[in-house]
Amino acid sequence: MSDTLLQVRDLAVTFETRRGRVQAVSGVDLSVRAGEIVGLVGESGSGKSVTLRALTRLLHANARISGQVIWRGEDVLALPENRLRAIRGREIAMIFQEPMTALNPVLSIGRQIDENLVAHGSLDQAGRRRRALELLDMVGIASAAQRLENFPHEFSGGQRQRAMIAIALAAEPRLLLADEPTTALDVTIQDQILKLLMNLSTGLGMAMVLVTHDLGVVAQSCDRVCVMYAGRVVERGSVEQVFGRPRHAYTDALLRTMPGFGPSSHTEGAARARLVPIEGQPPRLDRPILGCAFAPRCTHASAQCEVRPEMVDDGSGHEAACFAADALVAV
Amino acid sequence: MNRLGMVGLRLLQILPTLVLIGVVAFVLVRLLPGDPVSNMLGDHATDATIARLQAQMGLDQPIWVQFLLFVRHAVQGDFGDSIAYHVPVARLIAERLPVTITLAALATLIAIGLAVPLAFISAVNADRWPDYLIRAVFQVGLSSPIFYVGLLLLTVFAAALRWFPVGGYGEGIGDHLYHLFLPAVALALSFSAVIMRSLRASILAVLTAEFVDFARSKGLSQRIILLRHVLRNALISTVTLIGLHMGSLLGGAVITESVFAVPGVGRLMVESIFARDYTVIQALTMALAVVVSLTFLATDLVQMWLDPRAAK
Repeated sequence: MSDTLLQVRDLAVTFETRRGRVQAVSGVDLSVRAGEIVGLVGESGSGKSVTLRALTRLLHANARISGQVIWRGEDVLALPENRLRAIRGREIAMIFQEPMTALNPVLSIGRQIDENLVAHGSLDQAGRRRRALELLDMVGIASAAQRLENFPHEFSGGQRQRAMIAIALAAEPRLLLADEPTTALDVTIQDQILKLLMNLSTGLGMAMVLVTHDLGVVAQSCDRVCVMYAGRVVERGSVEQVFGRPRHAYTDALLRTMPGFGPSSHTEGAARARLVPIEGQPPRLDRPILGCAFAPRCTHASAQCEVRPEMVDDGSGHEAACFAADALVAV
Repeated sequence: MNRLGMVGLRLLQILPTLVLIGVVAFVLVRLLPGDPVSNMLGDHATDATIARLQAQMGLDQPIWVQFLLFVRHAVQGDFGDSIAYHVPVARLIAERLPVTITLAALATLIAIGLAVPLAFISAVNADRWPDYLIRAVFQVGLSSPIFYVGLLLLTVFAAALRWFPVGGYGEGIGDHLYHLFLPAVALALSFSAVIMRSLRASILAVLTAEFVDFARSKGLSQRIILLRHVLRNALISTVTLIGLHMGSLLGGAVITESVFAVPGVGRLMVESIFARDYTVIQALTMALAVVVSLTFLATDLVQMWLDPRAAK
């Protein structure tokens, strides 16, 4: 596809820890087209945040990343440091879950915007200040001129998240990686921030990868979604496909844990379908997983699940790695 | 601004501290066995001579009368004459205190200059050879007695190489600094080891902070991330340590001042204690209290500058 910005192939991340090697992410393929919002969902520990950080090599020294991350024709994983720095912030920016810890407590918001503009642009001081004011305005922070001088602790939680978005967007990136951007916020604020991100994405033509464990957030904002389990993408497709007719037993089970989401709620026409929790725990990642990682918790598991299923496209671009795919849709 | 009020308040708070320290110093020196008169007159003095001289100096009065006299003169800025040197105490301290302050400040600068870059190299290469090497060298610095380091520096750089004078204080600011350089290095070695260890630990902690990842995700250079984002946050806790240590250098540079024959207040204090020179001990204790309080105030100001959250 010609408008593909980011193409991830066979991404794997292992961490060397004191207790051995942990295979956090394996075999992840992911593509992001210009302007679209892709959701990356899964439980904690499913590898979604690690995947996100691996894209621009933000993981720490104990991480080994393999595979390819093709950004507009270049493999980010093979780039030299200086070229990587030119992409970070300028082309691919990132926002984090907790703005209180992701913003530097001892630098003013204005300073934290400014350094981004200095790193990636040629504006003079007055120009950078104009741009900073414009950015605060764009993310909905009132009386921008005074707020530039303020430090992170002088902002409320929602305002801090807005400020972080302003900082990340300073150099007009084409892709924004958002790691649980609404999770740390009050419910009312969550919705505002999500709408802001969606509006910015549309307004600026900026693509976004949105990592979240909140299916509601994905349903509300994303074009396409990847479901991750135990470090692998197990299902991928448009939001309507994946949430409407899940083809992986894990996605199906996940949707049944959410009120108003269960696939059966459509057919029964009942607003309150029965909520079914997923029994058991995700598998440990410090030993090899044979077969389907979800099988031990799966109500559809059979003998063939001892061999890991491949991703299969149903012909409409809806892919899943599950032997029960057709059975799930048939129900 | 609010900050100015805070400084004013802190300066006012020094006054009650000073009163308390004055009382304690006054009482404590008189609790020491012996007295200045018998010290001055030696073993062969008769009791009658001693009593006469004591009466002359007012030392035969009850202690509270002596204290009221001391306070009456002190509030007028008169701290009396030194019993041993026969000169006004104020003049003695005015001569000696700047020497020690210069020595302590120079030692602090050298210690910071050594510790900050090496703490960085150590932290960035944590648990690899540069880290081990730097920590090992500082461990030696930290565990070597100051008098030994001092003698070593004297032997090598003053006696053998003749790059520095063996002692004294010289004339004029440049000469003062030149004379104080070796003693400052001797003081700075263990001081810098303390700063290095603290700063290395804070840098390591800050390096794992999420704002460092955010800074990296913005495409900032490693230099800017380390100097602007990491160092400033890591210094916040270390500045307190530097301030406290500087305070102790001011009163505790006795050994160094003796080894290098530096005419500072450390030596003056020890000599005065041996001579039971009450007036000098009292006044010097109070003067040091003021200097140390001001050092702590300056430390807090630096801290507020580094960390806007502390400014409230």
